[in-house]
Amino acid sequence: MTDMTDMTDMGDAEADLPSIKAIGVDGVLVSFGAQLSEAANRAALAFRAAIEAEDMPAVLETATSLTSTYVRFDLAGADHAQLRDKLAAMLGRRDWYQAPLPQGRRLWHVPAVFGTDLAPQLDDAAQLAGLSASDAITAICAQPLRVQTIGFAPGQPYLGELPPEWDIPRQTNLTPRVPEGALAVAIRQMVLFSVSTPTGWRHVGQTALRLFQPDRPDPFVLRPGDEVLFKPVTRAEYENIRQRDDAGGAVSEKLV
Amino acid sequence: MAGITVQRAGPGITLQDRGRAGYLAQGLSRGGAADLLALAEGAALLGQDDTCAAIEVAGSFVTLQVSDPVRIALTGAPMRARCDGAALAWNASHMLPAGATVDLAGSAGGYSYVHFGGGIDADVTLGARSAHLAAGLGRMLVDGDSLTTGPDNGTRVGQTFTPLPRFDGGTLRLVQTPQTRLFARAELARFQDTTFCKDARGNRMGQRLVCDGAGFGLDAGLNILSETIVPGDVQITGDGAPFVLLAECQTTGGYPRIGTVLPCDLPRLVQAPQGAALKFAFVDLEQAVALERAEGARRAGLRGGLRPMIRDPHDMADLLAYQLISGVTRGDDLERGT
Repeated sequence: MTDMTDMTDMGDAEADLPSIKAIGVDGVLVSFGAQLSEAANRAALAFRAAIEAEDMPAVLETATSLTSTYVRFDLAGADHAQLRDKLAAMLGRRDWYQAPLPQGRRLWHVPAVFGTDLAPQLDDAAQLAGLSASDAITAICAQPLRVQTIGFAPGQPYLGELPPEWDIPRQTNLTPRVPEGALAVAIRQMVLFSVSTPTGWRHVGQTALRLFQPDRPDPFVLRPGDEVLFKPVTRAEYENIRQRDDAGGAVSEKLV
Repeated sequence: MAGITVQRAGPGITLQDRGRAGYLAQGLSRGGAADLLALAEGAALLGQDDTCAAIEVAGSFVTLQVSDPVRIALTGAPMRARCDGAALAWNASHMLPAGATVDLAGSAGGYSYVHFGGGIDADVTLGARSAHLAAGLGRMLVDGDSLTTGPDNGTRVGQTFTPLPRFDGGTLRLVQTPQTRLFARAELARFQDTTFCKDARGNRMGQRLVCDGAGFGLDAGLNILSETIVPGDVQITGDGAPFVLLAECQTTGGYPRIGTVLPCDLPRLVQAPQGAALKFAFVDLEQAVALERAEGARRAGLRGGLRPMIRDPHDMADLLAYQLISGVTRGDDLERGT
């Protein structure tokens, strides 16, 4: 057993940001925020793009989460100190919090049924946000929500940010299963589920969108930086879309 | 090339290879064999690349029939293996004659592997043949499924080796995560002093561990922003029980992670039978990197550790039936084996 007092001080959540920390044996996490902010999210995306552009031979894979960039590297080709130095130098190059959003972003229009037995927690979530069900639908569909990150499950977006009244907690008890395409809300964010899964987020809408289609040349529909504007449809319209359209009725346009 | 018919399949039987690295940014974890060491051992026994797909048996049972002569290797959690009624040695390679039926049963838990010469030639999706059940890629094998092996360039069989001990629990070494220091020092000490065993609930996504006494947790209900997670991460969930993330884990998470099990120690976790004692011990990052590099070198040299099987006299009939008649041994196995 290692005496914990001898261990390298990893700092704490309040450490100066951005920070560089080891994740696992062969990974590094560059964190731009302990809380979600639009600037930290942009910084993480831009920093990942910069690492990819460097084309470092020892870097095997990069990814982003809400406010951080992950780098996995080849232990046979580099060590932590080398990678940390390289990343620290890159961090010093610019103010990453001022970085622009990724290129090639798209705005997606996605039909969704709100409420009904397809999305049974609309009333519950609206009440927690202090809104009527119809005002809640209007609020969710009033503005495009940005894909802050893709994660947890394949192609699954975290969307935000909703107005402050949507800072509602996750449920203590999990919903045993929401279907693929479910739209759920908590903590001013929405998740659009790419696989059927248990969740603590409240299921307020249902889409016919299939976010992960492994047999297609582009298997993952959404990318970080894309925006999604939900359009309320009736249950009949939803069923119609589901029958005839593999893309769930979603259409995209380029954002400039 | 040979056809394989799944005559009888218990639950949890999938095709597995090294999985799909490179899709973390799209939310898809690597997946692949639960015990990557067992995958490498099978490849070494058959003298082939470890990117070949094999059949993974998760504490279950399976009966397979082959259409043509084919080499196989058996690795991972030991099972009772029989070919048309005759015992087959575990951690060894064998030649099966055309029409042979292989029956695997009696698993004590963990993950067992059947490798085929030339690998299993299934469709490649996103760079791999492995089933990733959590992502909806592939599925479990069921009775009546048909598979095909790829072209086999090797001929050598009757090889064995001594596997790295990992089938009886033991100590799992961890490195710190960015949240380790959020746990009180006494809590971290208690974590390393506690003996755990596997909860019955465990699958390719993760393994919950249980212990006598109180669970573990942070003093304050800290709200940790969801970030990238990796296999081996030990999440402390709401009930205080450690949950170790495995091959098919989610790619991001917001539970505090007390540590990350070294990849080279994950086989010890996944292969621990129910009830086997497991402990955790932190090592520093430099030590972990050295251990991981050493294991990488050891795995690269697995072929050098092969030796011909020493046959028990009562297995001779089996040997005559399946080795010499199929005409693929060196012809001096009996001499070399005794």
